[in-house]
Amino acid sequence: MSTVIEESGARGEEGRVPDDLLALADRVAGWARSGEEVEVYVARGHETEVRAYDGEVESLTSASSAGIGIRVVADHRLGFAWAGSLDESVLGEALDEARDNASFATPDEHVRLAVPDGVAAVPVDLWDERLAEVPTTEKVALALALEAQARGADPRIRQVNAADYGDASVEVALVSTTGIRASSRRTSGYLSVGVIAGDGEASQTGGGFSVGRGFDGLDPDRATEDAVTRAVRLLGATKGPSGRSTVVFDRRVASTLLSVVSSALSGEAVAKGRSFFAGRLGEQVGDPVLTLVDDPTDPRAYGAAAFDAEGLACRRNVLVDAGVLRGFLYDTVSGSRAGTASTGSAVRGGFAGTPGPGCRALTLAPGREGHDEAGVLAAVGEGLFVQSVTGVHSGVNPISGDFSVGAEGLMIRDGRLAEPVREITVASTLQRILQSLVAVGADLEWLPGIAAGQTLAVGDMQVSGV
Amino acid sequence: MIDSPVLERVLSEALRHGGEFAEVFAEDRSTSSALLDDGRVEELSSGRERGAGIRVVTGETTGFAHTADLTEEGLLRAAEAASAVARSGGGGTRTVAVGPLGATAPGGQGTGRPAPSSGSKADTLALLQRADEAARASGDAISQVQAGCGASRRQVLIANSDGLLARDEQARTRFSVSCVAVGDTGLQTGFETAARTLGFELFDEVSVEELARLAANRALSKLSARPAPSGELPVVLAGGSGGILFHEACGHGLEADHIVKDASVYTGMVGQQVASPLVTLVDDGTVGSEWGTFAIDDEGRPAQRNVLIDQGVLTDYLWDYLRARKEGRVSSGNGRRQTYQHLPMVRMTNTFLLPGEEDADEIVAQTPRGVYVAKLGGGQVNTTTGDFVFGTTEAYLIEGGRITEPLRDANLIGNGPEILKRVDAVATDFAMTPGTCGKDGQSVPVGCGQATLRVTGVTIGGTAE
Repeated sequence: MSTVIEESGARGEEGRVPDDLLALADRVAGWARSGEEVEVYVARGHETEVRAYDGEVESLTSASSAGIGIRVVADHRLGFAWAGSLDESVLGEALDEARDNASFATPDEHVRLAVPDGVAAVPVDLWDERLAEVPTTEKVALALALEAQARGADPRIRQVNAADYGDASVEVALVSTTGIRASSRRTSGYLSVGVIAGDGEASQTGGGFSVGRGFDGLDPDRATEDAVTRAVRLLGATKGPSGRSTVVFDRRVASTLLSVVSSALSGEAVAKGRSFFAGRLGEQVGDPVLTLVDDPTDPRAYGAAAFDAEGLACRRNVLVDAGVLRGFLYDTVSGSRAGTASTGSAVRGGFAGTPGPGCRALTLAPGREGHDEAGVLAAVGEGLFVQSVTGVHSGVNPISGDFSVGAEGLMIRDGRLAEPVREITVASTLQRILQSLVAVGADLEWLPGIAAGQTLAVGDMQVSGV
Repeated sequence: MIDSPVLERVLSEALRHGGEFAEVFAEDRSTSSALLDDGRVEELSSGRERGAGIRVVTGETTGFAHTADLTEEGLLRAAEAASAVARSGGGGTRTVAVGPLGATAPGGQGTGRPAPSSGSKADTLALLQRADEAARASGDAISQVQAGCGASRRQVLIANSDGLLARDEQARTRFSVSCVAVGDTGLQTGFETAARTLGFELFDEVSVEELARLAANRALSKLSARPAPSGELPVVLAGGSGGILFHEACGHGLEADHIVKDASVYTGMVGQQVASPLVTLVDDGTVGSEWGTFAIDDEGRPAQRNVLIDQGVLTDYLWDYLRARKEGRVSSGNGRRQTYQHLPMVRMTNTFLLPGEEDADEIVAQTPRGVYVAKLGGGQVNTTTGDFVFGTTEAYLIEGGRITEPLRDANLIGNGPEILKRVDAVATDFAMTPGTCGKDGQSVPVGCGQATLRVTGVTIGGTAE
């Protein structure tokens, strides 16, 4: 493993890896005309994906891609253009197009590019040097082994419908005429498996995964066990009963819920009146057990990063402290609009997207010691344990707070998991969920995505079934 | 984009190490979008992407590589990478000849229509302003409006080792408005979108003011909404409310990639009664300028009309090249991919329930108590178990055969094969709506359609006891 050398702000020594990317970004930024600010984001990546099925390779994908995204600000107006290539021919074209786009925007005093703010970046090592040396045959063998292992893990597993290995390496350079100069690189790897358990007529599904910064350390046992346990324990599930209930969300589901809550903590959503948190700073928005922190400088976080998507240092931001709303996440523009500064929280979806504020590594302060999943179940006593949810995009609204999702899981009786249930919904509002937290697990697990997983118990939810 | 002799050499290279099938999918896509938010034109964005995906099929294995380099050298490199999976195969030289050019599409979707027109940036912004004004004029409680317009042009060229050579140019335009209303009960949202496989002609057919008013009124009406019920009730879905019911309840479950892996509740059920006799379900990529329409799919196969369920009897599944080949049949024109960087999969196009004979108002009048869904949001399905959800974005109580109070948003949950049998009334007021369908990480535009219909019982996931 190597240490990534990254820097922002002053034009000092260059980032170690994507020198040519930085040089390219420098060159394009150098084409800025007087009176305009230009930001150039250049990315290059390589990925491998193997899908195994029934003892054979179903597909093997190997691909490289690269692209550029350019923002131009002139007279407080922003324009953007991107191209899925770094060919010389498209660079000037993209800059011209961004410039032309800017001329159509409404002038807005808050529109500007980031400027170095003096906050030092915390280096995080996200690059696995060895990944590039792993031959494709080893990756294929790992996917095949995963598939075989899942197929043989339990006599009730009747199908393994997907067993995937994947990895990616991405290098990014970001340069602006306002003094930003940053580069970063990261590698990632994953194993993912989906199984079908059969029990006579009925089938149930389960998924499991293992993620890491590279090839080494990916754990097929863990992915398999997770998938198989989830599918098998649902066999025999019936439509559960309706009523008010305490609901315990498993770590994966809790991570999904936190991700939705995080969009209401965006300073942009708040400024535009699209958050149920708007106007509530300093108020008690949750149970005192609720402390929410976004900290991408934690190297264990899947979304760890030294720099945000505007090239400012990522930093630790406390959002909710003991139930009291303490802050929002800002990029440069939303920070200016709120009369404050960027919190180093700009994120973007690659070179074809523009930055906006968002979380990278959201966690809840851990609850009582010993409160792992079993501990929380024991504390709750009676209720519903939810192992997966559906319809989050169609039933959870971070503006109104309305919350209604499809769910499957197991009943909790005498503090332990009991009979399985499916085809039910769980409903409340996000506002009420935060106020009704019964327990937060001490079992923090870094999951892929923008929020960690911790077992979460929420009181007084409406369950709809038979 | 690429000359035939080059395509032939690239396909030959792809099969040099063996393999039964090779394909080049080249794409040149440009997109533009404009966003008006918070009363300001915030962002115009333009993008351009060109590249090719090459796949080689050997037995049950597909090798895939993609490149943004469309020179012969770049394509040969990608062909070499894609053929890596075939290394163990027999190999040998195989000469590939392609053409003549198949389903070419002069000026559009192969329908002989004139070439799609482009709107200027200024014209687009004028539409956004009009939508913003109309939405804000709909009520004082409208506190925020976002209007967006996106247009894409996509030229595709497909050549394969069976000799196919096909080309298409697809223009798509989408306009959407989303509103926030503020009241004593907090914030509520409303959304409406229009999207067609057209250029700027979309706006000959669609009034942006009307879209804006629909979105605004949807948010406004929910300010006085009561919590949705929980438990099982009869549900009436309005014509054009989304059609997502069938997309989720059975559309995905009829995709052959799930079928061949025995990962769908509909596996092995062709010829059986799987739905109420009122249900005739069609997937049709040829319908007018609907959002899921195209001349050829992303494997070069012409779009076609496929009857999936005929009066309740399952007649067929949806097929792409790979799954059809396995079954010794031909593709149904449902092989689609998001971009050249993705492998094609079995996907829906425009999926709709044929209209029935009843009167929509009469269906409501004959429902003593239930939920009337005027507009649906998204949905999700587990094809293996058949359990699916779909969300409401505008719904009302039905009491005594009349539509009464508005309800807050909620998901509904059901099991596909059970729900299909509970359709007990279908009206004549058919309408289509556009949507984006996500599957295995790829998004493609689709259409959904239905007339007003009633399901005798669906579980509603509200918060009211």
